[in-house]
Amino acid sequence: MNDVLDVALRLLVVFAVFLVLPLVIGQTEHKVMAHMQGRLGPMYAGGFHGWAQLVADGVKFAQKEDVVPANADRRVFQLAPAIALLPYLLVLVAIPVGPGEGAVGEVVDAGIFFVLAVMGVGVLGSLMAGWASANKFSLLGGLRTAAQLLAYELPMLLAAASVAMAAGTVSLPGIVDAFEWWWLPWQITGALVFFVAGLAELQRPPFDMPVADSEIIFGAYTEYTGLRFALFLLAEYAGIVVLCGLTTVLFLGGWHGPFGAEGLGWVWTLLKTAVLAFVVIWLRVSYPRLREDQLQKLAWTTLVPLALAQIALTGVVKVVIQ
Amino acid sequence: MPEPTVRAVPAVLAVDYFQSYSVVGLLALIGVLFVAVAFGAGRLLRPVVPTPEKLLTYECGVDPVGEGWAHTQVRYYVYAFLYVIFAVDSIFLFPWATVFAAPGYGATTLVEMFIFLGFLAVGLLYAYKKGVLTWT
Repeated sequence: MNDVLDVALRLLVVFAVFLVLPLVIGQTEHKVMAHMQGRLGPMYAGGFHGWAQLVADGVKFAQKEDVVPANADRRVFQLAPAIALLPYLLVLVAIPVGPGEGAVGEVVDAGIFFVLAVMGVGVLGSLMAGWASANKFSLLGGLRTAAQLLAYELPMLLAAASVAMAAGTVSLPGIVDAFEWWWLPWQITGALVFFVAGLAELQRPPFDMPVADSEIIFGAYTEYTGLRFALFLLAEYAGIVVLCGLTTVLFLGGWHGPFGAEGLGWVWTLLKTAVLAFVVIWLRVSYPRLREDQLQKLAWTTLVPLALAQIALTGVVKVVIQ
Repeated sequence: MPEPTVRAVPAVLAVDYFQSYSVVGLLALIGVLFVAVAFGAGRLLRPVVPTPEKLLTYECGVDPVGEGWAHTQVRYYVYAFLYVIFAVDSIFLFPWATVFAAPGYGATTLVEMFIFLGFLAVGLLYAYKKGVLTWT
């Protein structure tokens, strides 16, 4: 009975995090972008600095008409947002926030493997949306999404493999347990490659060619309205949470901190994740969009060789210190 | 009779192993339920007033010409081949990564790693030389 209660509680917490953190990041993006651009951002909804803006947006989305174009492949079109969103929920369960088994949704043995595989599924949602919309712009957006996944999944995989080598395990809690502070300079190249590749997979600026509004309207999401469109947006922000959380766990030592790692480990994890999320927002404000060919070139001629070099470095150092 | 106890150990491990994935499956179920409830509630809350204009494919306000599933030149199909080859290769890194520094391996596995990386690097260099990595 206790076991059942324990599992239920864990799943409840994971689900709550999945619903709340993306909204917090979304609101932060509103405000941070506004201040970086010399504006105020939302100020009205909720009274205090527009804190309820995204709640109001949600209510608005839920009340909007749900239009499925007459030419679209109806079933696939309607299912696509769910496919885009749910993988990120599943990834959250495997991310450890604190030391010990108490602070992770569920210890998945092949953690890195599971996480990378499930994250790749999310892109399928955009692909389905792009194809099922029967819209030329959507199709182009969907194809660009596919190209981006093909290019950036590989450096991400290689960078993650480097950490698995350093820790000698593929379990996420195991990796954080093995972390030492000097891994930071040792794995810095891998960390950068992983973070950049993750950004590209989420189609966040400057890698937002698949949704380039000035070229192809809104890519795969052009035909979407109301709740289904909102789910795609939620998927993007849940993706930011997952990417920042994973980078924290794999490269920045998760719950390790200068002090208080035993009791307040989860605070360190959250803090590091929040800082990374801020960087994601910052990049959106500061960098122009990369062109499609530049995107591919960056992945194949810069990130993949860098990731391979990181693996070589990790291997040599690890064998030498053994 | 020591045999039954020996056999029981893997069985217990397997149960533990699948239990962690059953929790993941449970979460997937919660997710599906969440989406279903959201779509169901959305159906009750939103207006439904379809008109032929609304259901038309959106192409910058002009009536669409031809079919949406148009012929497009997929310019990156060679990238796709490259990706499949490289990704399948790098999957093998993960099981190897967990044991390569274990006592008794050391230098041998390191040499293996450099041979492996060499293959990948030469492959990438070959693709680069052939001009596959430049957009046409």
